[in-house]
Amino acid sequence: MEQAGEHRIAAPRDRVWAALNDPAVLKRCIEGCEALERTGPETLTARVRARVGPVSAVFSGDIALKDLDPPNGYTLEVSAKGGAAGFAKGQARVKLAEDGAATVLAYTAEGSVGGKLAQVGQRLIDAAARKTADDFFNAFARELEEPATPDAAAAGEPGGAATPVPVPTGDVPAAQAATRGGALVWGGLAAVLVIAALVAWWLTAR
Amino acid sequence: MNGMIGQPVRRREDIRFITGRGRYTDDLAAAGQAYAVFARSPYARARLAKVDTAAAKASPGVVAVFTGADLAAGGIAALPCGWLVKSTDGTDMKVAPRPPLAISVVNFVGEPYAVVIADSLEAARAGAEAIEADFQDLPPAANLATAMDGPQIHEGIEQNRSFHWALGNQAKTEAAFAAAAHVTRLEFANNRLIPNAIEPRACLANYDAASDEITLTTTSQNPHLERLVLSAFVGLAPEHKLRVISPDVGGGFGSKIFIYPEETAAAWAARELRRAVKWTADRSEAFLSDAHGRDHLTTAELAMDAQGTFLGLRVHTRANLGAYLSTFASSVPTYLYGTLLAGQYRTPAIWVEVDGVYTNTAPVDAYRGAGRPEATYVVERLVETAARELKLDPAEIRRRNFIHEFPYETPVALVYDIGDYEQSLARALTLADVAGFPQRRAEAEKRGMKRGLGYSCYIEACGLAPSQLAISLGAGVGLYESGEVRVNPTGSVTVFTGSHSHGQGHETTFAQVVATKFGIPIEQVEVVHGDTGRMEFGLGTYGSRSLAVGGSALVKSAEKVIEKGKKISGHMLETTPDDIDFEDGVYRARGTNRQMTFGEVALAAYVPANFPEGLEPGLSEKTFYDPKNFTYPAGSHIAEVEIDPETGVVKVVAFTAVDDFGEIINPMIVEGQVHGGVAQGIGQALLEHGVYDDTGQLITGSFMDYAMPRAGDLPSFSVETTVTPCTHNPLGAKGCGEAGAIGAPAAIINAVTDALGVKDIAMPASPERVWRALQGA
Repeated sequence: MEQAGEHRIAAPRDRVWAALNDPAVLKRCIEGCEALERTGPETLTARVRARVGPVSAVFSGDIALKDLDPPNGYTLEVSAKGGAAGFAKGQARVKLAEDGAATVLAYTAEGSVGGKLAQVGQRLIDAAARKTADDFFNAFARELEEPATPDAAAAGEPGGAATPVPVPTGDVPAAQAATRGGALVWGGLAAVLVIAALVAWWLTAR
Repeated sequence: MNGMIGQPVRRREDIRFITGRGRYTDDLAAAGQAYAVFARSPYARARLAKVDTAAAKASPGVVAVFTGADLAAGGIAALPCGWLVKSTDGTDMKVAPRPPLAISVVNFVGEPYAVVIADSLEAARAGAEAIEADFQDLPPAANLATAMDGPQIHEGIEQNRSFHWALGNQAKTEAAFAAAAHVTRLEFANNRLIPNAIEPRACLANYDAASDEITLTTTSQNPHLERLVLSAFVGLAPEHKLRVISPDVGGGFGSKIFIYPEETAAAWAARELRRAVKWTADRSEAFLSDAHGRDHLTTAELAMDAQGTFLGLRVHTRANLGAYLSTFASSVPTYLYGTLLAGQYRTPAIWVEVDGVYTNTAPVDAYRGAGRPEATYVVERLVETAARELKLDPAEIRRRNFIHEFPYETPVALVYDIGDYEQSLARALTLADVAGFPQRRAEAEKRGMKRGLGYSCYIEACGLAPSQLAISLGAGVGLYESGEVRVNPTGSVTVFTGSHSHGQGHETTFAQVVATKFGIPIEQVEVVHGDTGRMEFGLGTYGSRSLAVGGSALVKSAEKVIEKGKKISGHMLETTPDDIDFEDGVYRARGTNRQMTFGEVALAAYVPANFPEGLEPGLSEKTFYDPKNFTYPAGSHIAEVEIDPETGVVKVVAFTAVDDFGEIINPMIVEGQVHGGVAQGIGQALLEHGVYDDTGQLITGSFMDYAMPRAGDLPSFSVETTVTPCTHNPLGAKGCGEAGAIGAPAAIINAVTDALGVKDIAMPASPERVWRALQGA
């Protein structure tokens, strides 16, 4: 499973970086995320429930942050276990680049899955991972572009690229957030979870 | 009379199969039965640091959770491999212990490490979900090509090599190559196959506290062998306290010969819990945990003189054994493979070396053909390629090298008793209308299609096996068969065989054999099999052995019954047994009009009012038949294919099989066996491929990714037989169950390479591979 993508987010880089490292924001953007906690300066743990119809699969994952370079990017290593559904592990490199008042988030990710996920989910992984990553970024963009930008809201064009976005003067959030969780891997992980749930459904429905 | 030997009697067992009245293991239920679900490793190789079963045990409906440590503490030993192979340096093969449930390490995806027993299947599944296992994953050696240089899987087994085995005469072979005018060389893989019987493995284990007996009802091809191994080697229970029943079984193809972890654990748990335990594999489990087949990497060379006379054959094979040695894993790429490399030819010098290699994949063992399809593929791909290189007709190069004189001792340890390879080939050439092929090819070309023709003249060693020879070669058991013929007082007959039918139709053919011997209607004969509680011993069904060995045992027993009947009737007809003739179910005093029917003699045997002195009452005889040699079915298969160059799709437009199975009891059943075997052979050649990725994940683990042959993939087969009767068994029969799967792959690939004009293409010749070959051509 390999993926790469780019998303343009109508918010300045420092804010994107901060949000990308804010467990509360991420938790809201990852469907089914039940817990996201810091366990150390550069480690986190999370639990995500993926649900398809009446079936759900719970994955618990450990995340390690590497190559921290705020606000330019980082590398995430994730290892997630889903019980009988199998496991997923992988890493993602995330880069943030300024593009006027907006930010371009580029990522490359690679991962592997094992157990049932690999046995019956192999074909579904790539497409599902991409869709879930897209869903995540759409939610993430809404999160950044809507509530916390009163000036932009006043301008009346919350999602527009041309929206003037106030740039926070200090980078306090970035400095703190550097030790928190990350987005892309969660997108990828969520994808895996959806597949896990599909697999679980497939296994029990027969 | 209907039902005699040679007649196409309809399979009597099919009535219950096709009307839903078959009794398969999963159809059976015991009072209060619990359900087992296994927790399986998602990793190809990992240290199993901890298995926390607390949450699983607390899960609603869960009765018990057992780990590998629990089974070991309960006295359950590792599952053994039943065939000892020695390396060229004289050392024994290296065996990695295989506990039924993993204890401290897991070595393939799907390896079970715990079992959850619960009141319902759902509760057992939920319990298995709740097991928390701490795996510390390790780098696997998942790929056969690199496994000998990869991470060492088992302690003390360097290069992951279990054995380096060889057969033949190396010096003579090297000399043959040195003198050769031409050498044909090929390197190829024999693709890994996943068996996929319609019925997955299943078991129902019951424990009777009153008798302290475990009854294990399971999908076994050889219930007595299962009992023997579980008792003598695994330590489950003494043999007399363990009964193994194989009821109706929906296909085996070899995969149900072996002694597996799940049935072992379920039987042990049933006694531990004093409660019946049911387990039925789902299809995903079957993909992961049934022993797979084939999986060789081979370099093969054929040395010839300028006229295409074979001088020598040199073969090196790396055989994938999987993570552990399954029950007969070591025999398949050695004694069932190397011994067949002479094929139908007089090749005077042969040298074969085989490395048996462990990998972090499911165990590999016998699958329909078991070693012989791999051997045939080597020989027949080489011969066809040699013909093309020497610009010889592929039939002609074969004729020049056929064995004509029998018995024939090959350079690889077998003695062929009889055969007529010319005859089969000649008939196949006619039946396949090979003469008309150039015209058909030209016509296909006009339509933009590429047409090809391929031959495969296979031989197999069946009728496993002469016990003394097999044991001297490493077998842990004799390979005779038992058969009891019990004539009931009213003259009907109940036949007990140690063979087992799981699709072969024994209930019909064995009844035909006995009915013919006695001259009674087939309806009077019942065949009982698959229960260690009902027949005394048996070695089961595999290696196309049932009729040649099990059927011969029945013939011997029937002859003993007839002899006793002569004594009884001789006395009652006031003559001597020597003056009694038995024919068509009637005992006649020679030279008189006095006679007794088969039924009258049976009644007299059980109501001995007027009985010879010193003769025991009753009319029941049994035999252990030990074959004197293997049987050697052989034949010629010709495949014709058409390839669409736009898509790379290969269509098998015709398939001709002319086989010599010796004497035939039921031609309809034989034809059916050939059809099934050829379908599986075409499956291997064009569709099926079991693939692990480099991390050891099985990525062809469902029918989404593992392509089985379907009716639409197959032509209407053209099937005939020729007959040279086996010289050493009383039926003259050789066996027919595996021939199709043995002969077909080489015929298909020879046809595909002919159509494409390439030297080789890998199996399965999928549209993608064919298309790529065309782009490269």
